[in-house]
Amino acid sequence: MFEHYLSLFIKSIFIENMALAFFLGMCTFLAVSKRVETAVGLGIAVVVVQTITLPVNNLIYNYVLREGALAGIGLGDLDLTFLGLITYIGVIAAMVQILEMVLDKFVPKLYNSLGIFLPLITVNCAILGGTLFMVERDYIFTESIVFGVGSGTGFAIAIIALAGIREKMKYSNVPEGLRGLGITFITVGLMAIAFMLFSGIQL
Amino acid sequence: MKTYKEIILDPIFNNNPIALQILGICSALAVTSKLETSIVMALAVIFVTALSNFSVSLIRKHIPGSIRILVEMTIIASLVIIADQLIKAFLYDISKQLSVYVGLIITNCIIMGRAEAFALQNTPGRSFLDGIGNGLGYSFVLLFVGFFRELFGSGKLLGFTIFPLNTEGGWYNPNGLFLLAPSAFILIGLLIWAIRAWKPEQVEEA
Repeated sequence: MFEHYLSLFIKSIFIENMALAFFLGMCTFLAVSKRVETAVGLGIAVVVVQTITLPVNNLIYNYVLREGALAGIGLGDLDLTFLGLITYIGVIAAMVQILEMVLDKFVPKLYNSLGIFLPLITVNCAILGGTLFMVERDYIFTESIVFGVGSGTGFAIAIIALAGIREKMKYSNVPEGLRGLGITFITVGLMAIAFMLFSGIQL
Repeated sequence: MKTYKEIILDPIFNNNPIALQILGICSALAVTSKLETSIVMALAVIFVTALSNFSVSLIRKHIPGSIRILVEMTIIASLVIIADQLIKAFLYDISKQLSVYVGLIITNCIIMGRAEAFALQNTPGRSFLDGIGNGLGYSFVLLFVGFFRELFGSGKLLGFTIFPLNTEGGWYNPNGLFLLAPSAFILIGLLIWAIRAWKPEQVEEA
């Protein structure tokens, strides 16, 4: 049992890395990776939000949306899965909002260091993508917690690594047209190839 | 004031959402290993951007500023559900290949970004055209990447053989790298280089 969760955790960090294997959350991944410091802030925020929203969405899917989930109140043949997208994004937006208020009240230091990144996470596709993968793969509640922590951590590792590379890039002489976005794309491509070596590992 | 033609054509090369505005890269990369899926994805995004821009612009004077993101999200999510159901109903095989990426159009920043930056200030007609234009700019990148990945990765286009493979008695030895997702990044990187070599005013300071 424990082994199953450990392998799911490792898998979601490295083999199925949100950023470098599925290309989710790319907009923030490319836009907020200029400095290591900000990348660390965003990484932490993603881990926290992912860890909360995935289990919550899992409960909503299993006890409200899934076909036959409402049998207890006499709606046995009701299939609400088509409402999934709008529900999940609502939950994510609400969770981010609540988290923002809680952090502001109890941990103002962390709140200030996260700054603008917290609201930005609502439109980070890594979060919604995590939920959709969870639904597609039929994870149970405990699995969804592990998957949430793992996929968030994977995204954080990837963005911090990219920020480290981009900081060093300042000292190199990049051709004019490739400067900025162009060379970043190619760097991410090479990083993704490097991450593919994990895909041969069987867990 | 921009003319209608400029609103549609500008986002294709001069202000491309992917190559210059860094918007909507998320779902652009994973679906481009074949031209067919790229086309379906591109059409879905044009549909959603155009209609969401139009609807947001219609009610722009009635949305209170503080909850506008929530309102926009609701409109976008509803449109994406329509697109998702349509693809599932008529193109079931492709919807399986697109997997979760149709749903991820919701968080495609092009749509949100254009609703915020354009539709809130402009009339419905102009916003509709802006949505189509940005959708086209996105499609251009998607089709470019999809074209090269399918052609060099499997020697086919839309399933028809262009280069006969040497495993089937032809001459072309497929380049497996193009079927793998990282090649999309390198292709987009090179595309950005090409666009900026052509239009030097887009070059960033180091």
